Amino acid sequence: MIENHMSYRASYTLSVNGQCYRVIDVEPRLLLADVLRDILHLTGTHLGCEHGACGACTVLLDGRPVRSCLMLGVQAQNKSIQTVEGLAGPNGVLSPLQEAFAEDHALQCGFCTPGMLMTAQFLLNNNAHPSRLEIREALSGNLCRCTGYQNIVNAIERTANADNASENSVTKR
Amino acid sequence: MRRQEDPTLLRGTATFVADLTVPRMVEAVVVRSMYAHARIDAIDTMATSSLSGVVAVITAADLPEGVGPIPMRLSSSPELVQALQHPLARDRVRYVGEPIAVIVAQSRYLAEDAASTLRVDYSPLPAMASVDTAMASAPLFEGLTANHVYHRHHQKGLGSEAVAAAPRRLKMHFSIQRHTGMPLETRGLLAVPEAERLTVYGPTKVVFFNRRLLSDLLKVPLEHIHYVEVAVGGGFGIRGEFYPEDYLIPFLAQRLQTPVRWIEDRMEHFQAANHSREQHHEVEVGFDDMGHVMGLADHIWVDTGAYIRTHGVTVPELTQAMLPGPYDWAALDTELHVVLTNKTPTGTYRGPGRFEGTFVRERLMDSIAATLHLDPLVVRQRNLLQATQLPYSNGLKALGHEVELDSGNYPAALLRASNLMESETISQRKSEALHTGHLRGLGFAFVVEKSGLGPYEDARLVLQDDGTVACFTGLADLGQGTGTMLATVVSKELGVDRDRIHVIYGDTDRVAEGFGTFASRGTVVGGSAAYLASAELKRRIVAVLSDVIGNGAKMVMHPSGIKVSGRTRTVSYREVLHRAETQKVPLDVTQRFTATAMTYPYGVHACEVDVSPETGAVHIVRYGVVYDVGKAINLDMVRDQIMGGVAQGIGGAVLEQLVYDETGQLQTGTFMDYLIPGMCEVPDIEVVVTEDAPAPSNPMGVKGAGEGGAVGVAPALANAIADAISAPPEAFTTLPIRPQDILRWIRLGLEHRPRGDEAE
Ligand code: FES
Ligand code: FES
Repeated sequence: MIENHMSYRASYTLSVNGQCYRVIDVEPRLLLADVLRDILHLTGTHLGCEHGACGACTVLLDGRPVRSCLMLGVQAQNKSIQTVEGLAGPNGVLSPLQEAFAEDHALQCGFCTPGMLMTAQFLLNNNAHPSRLEIREALSGNLCRCTGYQNIVNAIERTANADNASENSVTKR
Repeated sequence: MRRQEDPTLLRGTATFVADLTVPRMVEAVVVRSMYAHARIDAIDTMATSSLSGVVAVITAADLPEGVGPIPMRLSSSPELVQALQHPLARDRVRYVGEPIAVIVAQSRYLAEDAASTLRVDYSPLPAMASVDTAMASAPLFEGLTANHVYHRHHQKGLGSEAVAAAPRRLKMHFSIQRHTGMPLETRGLLAVPEAERLTVYGPTKVVFFNRRLLSDLLKVPLEHIHYVEVAVGGGFGIRGEFYPEDYLIPFLAQRLQTPVRWIEDRMEHFQAANHSREQHHEVEVGFDDMGHVMGLADHIWVDTGAYIRTHGVTVPELTQAMLPGPYDWAALDTELHVVLTNKTPTGTYRGPGRFEGTFVRERLMDSIAATLHLDPLVVRQRNLLQATQLPYSNGLKALGHEVELDSGNYPAALLRASNLMESETISQRKSEALHTGHLRGLGFAFVVEKSGLGPYEDARLVLQDDGTVACFTGLADLGQGTGTMLATVVSKELGVDRDRIHVIYGDTDRVAEGFGTFASRGTVVGGSAAYLASAELKRRIVAVLSDVIGNGAKMVMHPSGIKVSGRTRTVSYREVLHRAETQKVPLDVTQRFTATAMTYPYGVHACEVDVSPETGAVHIVRYGVVYDVGKAINLDMVRDQIMGGVAQGIGGAVLEQLVYDETGQLQTGTFMDYLIPGMCEVPDIEVVVTEDAPAPSNPMGVKGAGEGGAVGVAPALANAIADAISAPPEAFTTLPIRPQDILRWIRLGLEHRPRGDEAE
């Protein structure tokens, strides 16, 4: 059985944060999270449980949040993947959501943060003005052991409100 | 105020231990016992070793003769030594998850494949999955006469005689369930051998102690071991202690002369990392008709698990020592019983002993009030120590110190909490809630915490020629923002921008010594050292520039140089350092703060709940915490600590439980069945930080903020629920509180309610 794992190999292309990566000669069973972290060295995506319950490994796949610990790297071919590394602008400027997280202390150890940011970004992309309750419901699948969540809700609310204020102005990024 | 730690964490570029890879690195997986209690008859490694991709398989037989056991770091006692844990089980396993072998392979995937082929022949033995079973069973270890491994009795005044003589008495049993810290990042280590040295990435909390321990166990000189702390995903007491893997992984790297990485998976973490909290209390309290307490007697039974780990009996002793809390007890009679069972060993978890003891004591206060039909706030006020009675000691000891409550105004804190929660008008809100079919209740709990454990901490400050200041500390950072805290202290004292202070910690090549971050000691001990060092550095700079500054002038440290009031010229840092050198006044300062006593923050938890009479579901309407930290260095970060602690407290009060079946199998081994509170379970929390009672024992007057958020939640919630459903005094003595318990008390209440009440 083990020899089998060794003998089948796969090569494929992944599009991550707008960039194309060639994944060469790997075991097909590699999880998307492990491909991102160990092969592409995008280690911002974290693994807190490896069983789909904590949300730390959340990335956006074609714009929708998925748990990268629950799918294989090969399954993400021909799809566009966004990870936490892609949130800041090309010049390294933090995104409004990241700025708000810093302002509101929406993180302590920061381990849950990449998953929180990706899920929150998905929420804001689809609902520009969520209520606090909607924020809590949208992020109810992401665990944080440090913050007690309140500051995370504040940060997302702050981002939405700031967006509200500048609705008619051209976004710089 | 922003935290220094955040930019890299937000970008996803911070380095946690699992993010590290180095050339030639191989990965380790630990094979663990499937049985709670068994003899190991044989381990056959042959087939596993020969698999392709497997680099090594080691069992206890491969370890150096006489290695281990892992000693206690805190609260040790000679009778516990027999029960210490060795890195690998040799011929007997005592809990599910005990390490038996380590497999090293080219990847974690291959190592896990190989692990499933390792053949271990067990002869199962009867498992002791509870204190009761353990008390009736043969001892787990040779050399022990019983599983009741530790006992401590403390009496004040007439002890239980005073209870017996009181006009009124309540006898109650309390149970606190096994649960634990559960940081979101699991443990992990990367050990890299280079020539004769070994660099270990991933340690935290008590880096210097653990390094010394590893050097003892590996029998290599201390200088040959280099510990490097990287980003850490939460600690909460359990993380950073010296576990079997902390020996095994460096040992393998040394033996194989190749870098070895081990990243714990979550299911492993459930079985391997310290558990905490499981206790049973048999309490009797004596009081009078006014609710004045006259004496407290308690038998505290602690299920410590299968081995004694690094914390020794820290948790049991803290439970006993902190149990009396803020009240003036004339008589105490407490007996501690620590019992070995076939479960994962235990250690501290945020607010160790206080989470448990506060639940018992503060639920008891409400039970007294319910017995006498008095307002629980009144009963508390009648018994609280007055500000003038402090310092105050019950004669109890923990962590080598006598617990002497140093400063505080407890009645003021209670009053503030009562005002915050508008307790005057609760009856109005109760009747409003009834209209929507809910039972409204309000509950309080008083907490007394401890912080600032010694012995000491050093801080070294070095002025650089660009005007930045390097701050070296022996503290660790497990996510709480130690760097930001120290930078804030130094920046305030020196008048240098906070982002120009660079804090260096956790690297044993760069920092000489330290005692680490635990027991809410970071700000009190490490912060005080940084404060003293800042004052000394400032004094030296002023001395060096005495001819420029003159009498009465003020200096300001600008990024471009030092400006002196009344002068136009700015003195560059290069010049300052040059002058310092010629005057032989080094601007490289180390100061030590020695903590002679612990310091005791305190506060009140309060919550208002709606209980659904149909389902027993609890909705937290408001949650407030009043907490006195003496002096806050960074108010936002104090609040962060409290809010995070409350979330964990809610987990402990109503959700989290490590469940064992009677064969000692852990039933809750994933996040699917061990429920950590999520965003919908934790309400917004109103935190009021007060600075009424500065600590007399340190220069800034600070008290630690790390643990008070967790410890008061269970009783505040229990009391609120009990108030909502008008439960009898004996209700809600078992954690976690489940909807079915609430329904049971509601039904019992309906059955026993006298006729006529219905009409109300
Ligand atoms: S690591 Fe994927 S959900 Fe926890
Ligand atoms: S900040 Fe530590 S888990 Fe969320």
